[in-house]
This record gives sequence, structure tokens and C-alpha cells, in this order.
Amino acid sequence: MKSIGPVRKKIPKLPDVKKRAIKLSENVIKKTQKANRFFLAVGEINLFFWYTVKASFSRDFEFKEFLRQCYLVGNKTLPLITITGVVIGLVLTIQARPVLAEFGAVSLLPGMVALSIIREMGPVVTALICAGKIGSGMGAELGSMKVTEQIDAMEVSSTNPIRFLVVPRVMAATLMIPILVLYADALGILGSWAGANIKGEVNFVLFISQAFSAVGFMDLFPAVIKTFFFGAAIGFIGCYKGFTAGRGTESVGKAANESVVVASLLVILIDLVAVQITDMLL
Amino acid sequence: MKSKIKIASPAGSATLSPEQVIEIHNLKIGFGDVPVLRDLSVQLFEKENLVILGKSGSGKSVLIKCIVRLLNPDSGTINVLGENVNKLNDRDLAKLRMKIGFLFQSGALYDSMTIKENLEFPLKRIKKNLSQKEMDEKIAETLENVGLSDTLNKMPSELSGGMRKRASLARTIVVDPMIMLYDEPTTGLDPVTSDEISSLINDVQKKYDTSSIIITHDIECARATADRMIMLKDGEVYLEGSLDEFEKSPDELIQSFFKPKKK
Ligand SMILES: Nc1ncnc2c1ncn2[C@@H]1O[C@H](COP(=O)(O)OP(=O)(O)OP(=O)(O)O)[C@@H](O)[C@H]1O
Ligand SMILES: [Mg+2]
Repeated sequence: MKSIGPVRKKIPKLPDVKKRAIKLSENVIKKTQKANRFFLAVGEINLFFWYTVKASFSRDFEFKEFLRQCYLVGNKTLPLITITGVVIGLVLTIQARPVLAEFGAVSLLPGMVALSIIREMGPVVTALICAGKIGSGMGAELGSMKVTEQIDAMEVSSTNPIRFLVVPRVMAATLMIPILVLYADALGILGSWAGANIKGEVNFVLFISQAFSAVGFMDLFPAVIKTFFFGAAIGFIGCYKGFTAGRGTESVGKAANESVVVASLLVILIDLVAVQITDMLL
Repeated sequence: MKSKIKIASPAGSATLSPEQVIEIHNLKIGFGDVPVLRDLSVQLFEKENLVILGKSGSGKSVLIKCIVRLLNPDSGTINVLGENVNKLNDRDLAKLRMKIGFLFQSGALYDSMTIKENLEFPLKRIKKNLSQKEMDEKIAETLENVGLSDTLNKMPSELSGGMRKRASLARTIVVDPMIMLYDEPTTGLDPVTSDEISSLINDVQKKYDTSSIIITHDIECARATADRMIMLKDGEVYLEGSLDEFEKSPDELIQSFFKPKKK
């Protein structure tokens, strides 16, 4: 941009065509710079990913830090996921009931609700909550460590900060989010039973057996597999955004915010891909 | 632009090379379009305390960050203990860093850990063969040296600014590094504690034969510790010499550093 400025000044009266040509080249430069920045970011995220993968296979794994992170991930999200799980089951049941009643198919209710919770609602809603809670937490924590030079301090005491900070966090998220999803699924079905109970008493054992008779292995399996990817994506994005935070305290907030946005988007995209793949396989 | 005054010229530096622990040649680094250091050459000799002076923003912190490769220079070479820092692979760099203590200007204490864990962190990784008991003793001794014995199990957020500074100094010296890089060790401390820190720096130097670079604005600290001094200006060495030569320098910039405290 700067190099174009003086050229313009040197030739004061330019024919229209030339002016346009300059304008065009300015635009091209602007676009190229934008594209360059984009590719630089892609390269950076790629590099960070491979560093993380490499560090995951290093001999000395920070087991204590990993356990601490697992505890934090669970502890931070459990109340929210408990409430959300129950409410989803409850709401789905209450809303689906009249429709099914119209067709005289109320007996299908438990199975239908269980299916939609296990295949879609449980995983996606839990992952989005975790993207908000855990992604932003990791982004803010690592971002503030970056800004206050704690990550640099680790590096100069010969500790690979990716191995110490990123690997345990990504692994904890990858492991814990599937567990949280299963927990949310269970509560969702419980909530659904409670919802069914509002209109007349429903036997719990009967309800559960009806619910699970509709759910097959090929419903549960892909749904669980994709949650590992949700977890990995949330942990990785949170760490990446924190790690690459700029200087100054405002970049901490930015890192936290961007973690949530990107992680949520990734969750949705992974879900889309997972659905396509499952569809192809079945 | 060459430096205006040069008292102790490093002309004979080539012959002294075995004694040089840090050798920086023609270091150039900038951020965006703004050059911070240009063509800077500095040596640190064995067992000496080199004090670096310079106005805020003159690139002092950037300089010592280049030495441990937290920043990569645009050009120039940095040799530490005979190894070219920018050519090292990750493992060798980690090994070299174990021999260097780095006190961050901001302290950079890990704020999710207690003071004890903060000191344990480098100790565990750098002195791998210490038993837990030896480590505890070492930590207690170091904390006592900086006057923080009673903060062992406190979190950094519970300490005052000056206490944090001292805690992070303790974390730096606990591993007995061969080379110490102090970024403003006494800033924000009261005169009494400052004096204690200055003498601690000297003690560490004598006890472990360390070579140190001390960045400071605190002339009393410089007086107490300096074997040699360097003034940075415009990304170059503006003046190099002994404490005496600095104090007697007629240069206005130098005097502005020394005068106010004298009176
Ligand atoms: N990582 C970085 N990115 C961009 N600019 C930087 C970076 N680090 C330092 N700078 C810039 O380099 C210049 C020198 O900074 P430096 O921290 O070395 O100053 P200093 O001499 O240590 O000052 P002070 O005495 O205030 O600590 C400043 O203008 C600063 O803005
Ligand atoms: Mg500084």
C-alpha cells in the first residue's frame, strides 16, 4: 500500500484508464495481503496442530495436569449440562406428544425422543455449551498466560509449553465431552419420562425399555464417535486462540471470544460432516 | 551512526573469545516497520556483571529475549556459551536454556500455582536428580534469601507487587544458572529491599561464578553490581565503560541517569 502512494503523487494528471489501472492494482494488492494473511493463519494453525500432535506422543506426559483439567472440564459444565439435559427431554416430549396423539402413535413417543436426543440433541447441545464454557475458559486462561509472559517463562525453563499446557487440555476435552454427552443423554431421557408423566402416570421401566428398543447400535456408535471430535476441536481451538493472543490485556478477551465463535462453528460443521458420513455408511 | 563516545573499546574481543559467554554481533530486530535494535554488538564476559541502561522502549528487554530466543532477530548472530542460538534445534536449545536464568520484567509468576510450586516448576525440570527433600530445602533457602520465607504456600495473587518481583527472582536463581539475565530486578522495590536484592545478585555471582546481564534504571543497583556498563540508544550501543567512566562522563544523557539520585 505504502509503496503505491508516491507513484500516484509523481504523475499528477493521469488519464482515466491509468487511474483505474492503479486503483485496480491497489485493490489487487489489498486482496493479496488479505489472502496472504489468511494463508499465514492457516499455516500457523496447521503448524500448531502438528506441534500438538507431536507433543502428545512425547515420553513424559503431564498426567497430573491432565487429571486437573478433566476435573475442571467436568466441574465447570456439570450444573449447566444437568439442567439443559433434563429440559431438552422434557420439552421434546411435551411438544411431540400432541402431534403423535393425533396419529394415535403416542406409544412411539419414548423411542422418538430417545433417538433424537442420542443422535443429535444431546451431542450438539452439550458440545455447544462446552464450546461456550470450556473453549472460552481455555482461551482466556492461556491468553492471559501469554500476555503476562508466563508461557515465555515456561519456555525459558526448558519446558515445552505445548506439551505442558495444550496437550493435557486438548486430551481432557476430548475425553470428557463424550462422557458429558452420555450424561446429558441419560438426563434427557429421564426428563422425557418426567414429561410423559405429566399426562397420566407412565411406568419408568416400561418407558425406558420402549425408549431403548428404538435405539440401535448404529444410532449410538456414530453419535459417540463424533463427540470425541467435538471435544478435540473445542480444546484445540481454545488453546490455539489463547496461545496466539497478541500483546496487551484486551487480546485476552478477544481470544476468549474468538474461541467460542470458532469452536461453536466447528462443532456444527463436524456434525454436518458426521451426519453425511453416517448416512453414507447406512 | 556509530556510537558517539566509546571508552572501553571491544577491539580485542576476538582474542578474548574463550572468556566470552555471550557474543552478539550486528544484531538487528524490528517489529513491523519500526526498528528496535540495529547493528548491536555486545559481549558478556565470564563472571562479570554487565549493567545495561537505556531509556524506556530502547529495546533492552528485546535484547535479552533474543539471547534466549524468545524473539528471533532479523539478522545478526548470537553466540551463547559457544553455540549459535538461532541455529540450535529444539532439544539443544532446551539444554542451553537450562543454563540461563531469566528474570522477566513483569515477573511472570505462574498464577495458577503457589509460590512453592512456582519454584518447584523449573527445579523439577532442570535439576532432575534432586530428591523431594533436597528440593524443599533448596526452595526454603532461596525464599529466605529474598525474604519471603512465609509465603511458601501463598498464591501469587496474594502477594504485593514487590513481593511478586522477589518471588520471581527466587524462581530464577533457584536452579543456579551459569548465566543470569535480570530484567529490572529492583524496580518497584523500596530502597532497603533494593539494596538487599543488589547484594543478593552479587552473592549469587560470587557463589556460583555466574555471568549476568542486569537491566536496570536503578542507579544504586547499578552502582552496587556493575563491573561494566552499557548504554543503549537508538538501537545501538551509545556508551560502554566502567561505572567510574559513566559517572564522570560529561554526556548529558548519561548524566540525566546519574544526577537525580546523587543529590
Ligand atoms: N513482541 C513485540 N511485538 C511488537 N513490538 C514489540 C514487541 N516487544 C517489544 N516491542 C517494541 O519494542 C520496543 C522496545 O521494547 P522493550 O520492551 O525492549 O523496551 P525496554 O527497553 O525494555 O523498555 P522498558 O525500560 O520500559 O522496559 C518498544 O517500542 C516495544 O513497543
Ligand atoms: Mg523492558
